[in-house]
Amino acid sequence: MEHAPPQFFHRGPAPIARLTFFALLSILLMVLDARFRYAEPLRQVIAIAVYPVQQIALAPFTAITQVREFFTTQTELRRENTELHAQQLKEAQDRLTLEALRAENDQLRQLLEARSKFSTDAIFAEIVYAGRDPFSRKVIIDKGSQQGVQGGQAVIHTDGLIGQVTRVQPLLAEVTLITDKDHAIPVQVLRNGLRGVAYGSGDGATLELRYMAANAEIAQGDVLVTSGIDGVYPRGLPVARVTKIERDSAYAFAKIACQPVAGIDQFREVLVLGKVEEAPAWSDESNRAAKRGGKAKRSRRGES
Amino acid sequence: MILDRPAQHLLLPAKAGFIAATVAVALAFNLLPWQDLRGVPDLLALVLTFWCVHQPRKMGIGIAWALGLVMDASNGALFGQYALAYALLAYAALALHRRILRFTLWQQAAHVLVLLLASQVLMLAVRLASGGTYPGLAFFVGSLLAAALWPVASYVLLIPQRRPVNVDDTTPL
Repeated sequence: MEHAPPQFFHRGPAPIARLTFFALLSILLMVLDARFRYAEPLRQVIAIAVYPVQQIALAPFTAITQVREFFTTQTELRRENTELHAQQLKEAQDRLTLEALRAENDQLRQLLEARSKFSTDAIFAEIVYAGRDPFSRKVIIDKGSQQGVQGGQAVIHTDGLIGQVTRVQPLLAEVTLITDKDHAIPVQVLRNGLRGVAYGSGDGATLELRYMAANAEIAQGDVLVTSGIDGVYPRGLPVARVTKIERDSAYAFAKIACQPVAGIDQFREVLVLGKVEEAPAWSDESNRAAKRGGKAKRSRRGES
Repeated sequence: MILDRPAQHLLLPAKAGFIAATVAVALAFNLLPWQDLRGVPDLLALVLTFWCVHQPRKMGIGIAWALGLVMDASNGALFGQYALAYALLAYAALALHRRILRFTLWQQAAHVLVLLLASQVLMLAVRLASGGTYPGLAFFVGSLLAAALWPVASYVLLIPQRRPVNVDDTTPL
């Protein structure tokens, strides 16, 4: 006769076996996420499931903000109104000339048969919270794929560029700030058009302009703008200001630190810019032609 | 010494519903709009550890792992980072649960501190290996605070189990 042990003793696999199983599963997920980005659908499903809990957790804070906005005093509103009027007047001139310039620009581009660089549809969004992950610099905004946000769009504030949409969920989107360690932007010195690539330093406040020759013509206070050659950022958005330059003859490159122009941590409202139209693909045909064309031609393209 | 053990109540069995509710509250706390998680006690890890120690049959590595995934998805962290850390945390708590309960509350808190720090070190190692930024020593302050909350958690989370069996009008809670 068989003696089955009582129910009480059934505990399933040993803890160490379970730990091994789940640890391996986690490592698999991490590799899939970090290397191949395969984990996105699962992440989205979980994010949607957690969304209500998150909203409940946020509810007291939203309520406080609403109450505070409701009780904004009249004097404050009047002051703000006056300021905004003044600002509007100041900007009226720019706005009026802008129309004319835009038309002229369009005509010139047509002459050059170049396609228009900016798409005009931009999405207004508010930052819901700063990303909680202490290992990266991200913020979460309140517009997602349902409002038309796509991965890769540039995000700006009134002063300049703040980052790029890197992950889109149906109702929220994640913006990687330009100060994130894994973030790089092709930039240009506004003063003389010198091009370079700015990397986030990861400390949350500065960027680094890497691989600039030690004798490159760059000075403290120079403004860096996006160069637009990556096809991600529209051209000419202010990015950062050079704050410190260390030229050491022992190294081939100068060490250049920059401060973002848009106070990265100080605002709530942002603008998600429409996607830049993709440049026509670089065909093998023209590549070969360029090689045949010799060095002079190639270097000219490098300069322009 | 066994004789030094602090006096203990005879506790009622824990209700699965209450465990789930406390875990949900802790999760909601973690999902609050923190600027970043440095210096914020990870209440979910604390509650998980607590139930692993007190109710090892009702809380386990699998649940901890799944909750870790939820944290990963909503934090925008590397997918699997929290899951791995929580699974390890749950395993260590399960392995130590008989030992931990023999100590006084503050001594238990010291054990828990070590467990929480170990899980954070694991997360740090994973993120640094995958190219993250070193977040500074402030990253570990959250664990200190969470461990300091252990006595509070022990009091609060055991309230339903400490209720007398026969409830009448004179019962306080």
